[in-house]
Amino acid sequence: MKLTVNNIPVEAPEGATILEAARLAGVRIPTFCHLPGIHSVGACRVCLVEVDGQRDMAASCVMPAGEGMKVRTNTRRVREARRTVVELMLSEHDGECQTCIRNDNCELQALARELGISNIAYEGEKTNATLDTSTFGLVRDSGKCVMCRRCVTVCNEIQGVGALFPQKRGFKTVIGPAFTRQLDEVTCVQCGQCAAVCPVGAISEKDQIEEVWAALEDPNKYCIVQTAPAIRAALGECFGYPPGTRVTGQMVTALKRLGFDDVFDTDFSADLTIMEEGTELLTRLKKALVEKDASVALPMFTSCSPGWISYMEHFYPEMLANLSTCKSPQQMMGAVVKTYYAEKIGKKPEDICMVSIMPCTAKKYEAARDEMNDSGVQDVDIVLTTRELGRMITQAGIDFRALPESVMDAPLGISTGAADIFANTGGVMEAALRTAYEIITGRELPFGNLHVTPVAGLDGVKEASIKIEGAAPDWSFLEGVTVNVAVAHGLGNARKVIQRIKSGEAQYHFVEVMTCPGGCIGGGGQPRLTDDSVRLARIKAIYEEDEHKTLRKSHDNPAVKKLYEEYLGVPLGKVSHHILHTKYTKRERV
Amino acid sequence: MVECKEAAGCCCGENVSEEELMLRLDECIAEYKDKPGGLIPALQTAQAIFGYLPEAVLLKISAGFDKSYSEVAGVVGFYSFFSTQPRGRNTVRVCLGTACYVRGGKQILESLKKELGVDVGETTEDREFTLEVARCFGACGLAPVITVNDEVHQRVKPSGLREILCQYKQQEAGEAAHAE
Repeated sequence: MKLTVNNIPVEAPEGATILEAARLAGVRIPTFCHLPGIHSVGACRVCLVEVDGQRDMAASCVMPAGEGMKVRTNTRRVREARRTVVELMLSEHDGECQTCIRNDNCELQALARELGISNIAYEGEKTNATLDTSTFGLVRDSGKCVMCRRCVTVCNEIQGVGALFPQKRGFKTVIGPAFTRQLDEVTCVQCGQCAAVCPVGAISEKDQIEEVWAALEDPNKYCIVQTAPAIRAALGECFGYPPGTRVTGQMVTALKRLGFDDVFDTDFSADLTIMEEGTELLTRLKKALVEKDASVALPMFTSCSPGWISYMEHFYPEMLANLSTCKSPQQMMGAVVKTYYAEKIGKKPEDICMVSIMPCTAKKYEAARDEMNDSGVQDVDIVLTTRELGRMITQAGIDFRALPESVMDAPLGISTGAADIFANTGGVMEAALRTAYEIITGRELPFGNLHVTPVAGLDGVKEASIKIEGAAPDWSFLEGVTVNVAVAHGLGNARKVIQRIKSGEAQYHFVEVMTCPGGCIGGGGQPRLTDDSVRLARIKAIYEEDEHKTLRKSHDNPAVKKLYEEYLGVPLGKVSHHILHTKYTKRERV
Repeated sequence: MVECKEAAGCCCGENVSEEELMLRLDECIAEYKDKPGGLIPALQTAQAIFGYLPEAVLLKISAGFDKSYSEVAGVVGFYSFFSTQPRGRNTVRVCLGTACYVRGGKQILESLKKELGVDVGETTEDREFTLEVARCFGACGLAPVITVNDEVHQRVKPSGLREILCQYKQQEAGEAAHAE
């Protein structure tokens, strides 16, 4: 299909929009509400263009390109129309730019700059802004909302949660939960994917930086930080590094300079999770296959992702028994720090402040759950997202790019490559299989470089089957058994898996679910904006991190072995049961 | 659209048990849930059954349609026809179209607000009357006009309003009102 854009001839594939054709011609059309492949509704009208022979301007993000079309993207009429559209948005927007969480990282600011808006011609009425701080993870400020509806698409179509939808009509429209409810009164899993796509400061993480400063300044607090595997592949983006730059060493130095007494690695507790969860899976399989116990819930679902846990509690409470009882790595670390490690360093749990750096807004909620206090106090005190850590480092005047590298502290900073890959979709599955297969057969997992390629990548639902051959005597009941596994990321995909299980169409033994598309590397607390190219770059970095480690299987982690020798005993033992496992609660679906 | 009939016709007054109403709702959900665009007719029918759309009804529709509660709420909030507040057994609409307006429709509305003690869109405490405004019933020659349910009252004066309202109270509320 041939057309011209600003007199530049271009050949566009069938079905391309004018916007896509223009990009092929090297012409940039500004967009605002558009999220390629996810959300194209032509709502904001910023991408207007003129098409010769058509009276009205067209929204190029949704208008298909046509044979022989003559498109003009830079006429006076187009420029003025775009400016008017943005000025109208700005006239309603609570533009408290200097104090806004998105200051200097706001798509509306950038758009106003790009279009050269120098004054806002309209002084309009403002809507009644409401500030929703009801959840642990997220803050909604409707006064800043520009009605682009990206969050609505993500919440409903990608996640299938449906906490957000346009309410009321016309000028009174509010993007929010049903009627005038707050987020904590509806089925919101706090995954933060809405915040990840919000172009402005209307939905963002609940900022807890001040709480961390207060703890660091308190002479009676021993401050320990843990960083999730996904942070090291994304934090660099806050300081101008391209996506997929590994900044593990600089991150550790930055955390030490902020004043943390110990810098530990959630990778350690990810290895620990594999020991517990792997044993739990084998125990369930044994009960089902040997003891023919029909009450055993299979498939077993992973339980690392707190948004997924909330989703199950609200949407599929009848399947809670299928969730692994293992706490997430964040919570395992909190519990181990405030029991085992506290004893080691002679501190009381209440004198330790445990801070987590997570790619996730739901982790803030998870840390605050009632049951997460097995040390006697709240196991994890404060959770910062990657974005908050980026801001905190900037506030502290640390020149991140100039930092030397350093290593995580022992013993709870020691980890294997299997733990790194917890950061991306398919990673927990791969890590579990690396260990489980070797426990059963005594041999290494038979995949190239230990990577379970069928469950890697960005397909929404991935499956693999592994036939057990040559099982050790203890595991002879698994000889010849084909273990079926599935991996889903994005709750909409998880739902598809559940429906296939419920209909009997699929029979799995083990299913990994991560709430966010791409897994934790695409979490709701990661630097914006995360598209598939960013996801793939971060995943590549995570696999490099794994491959660079000497130890790549969780059961080889010496610090984990020592923890079992000195404190826990055996996986699923009495102490483990007390501090590393949890239970779930049926919740209402609203 | 026969909205007033549906909305005001069969709420309260009848001695129908809550369970019976819920059974009707189940039938309504079963009828529409697999039809494309079935949500709006289901909400209309539900409003006809209950007189308004209480939260419990909306939650049931949301579950039955496997649609999020926020989406159902969004549809309910978009159309002024839907009400989440209990409605009176009679709906009084005051015309504020051009002809009625210039012939005193505004004063009629003010008097009605006083007489009923409610604002536009609200329902009296005894759930006898819901007050609404409208833009022309096509009876401009009879202005100012009000309607009560399906009946048109022409050339109304503020002083005659009480008498009009009384008719409806008497009709449906029985002897007690008659004695007043």
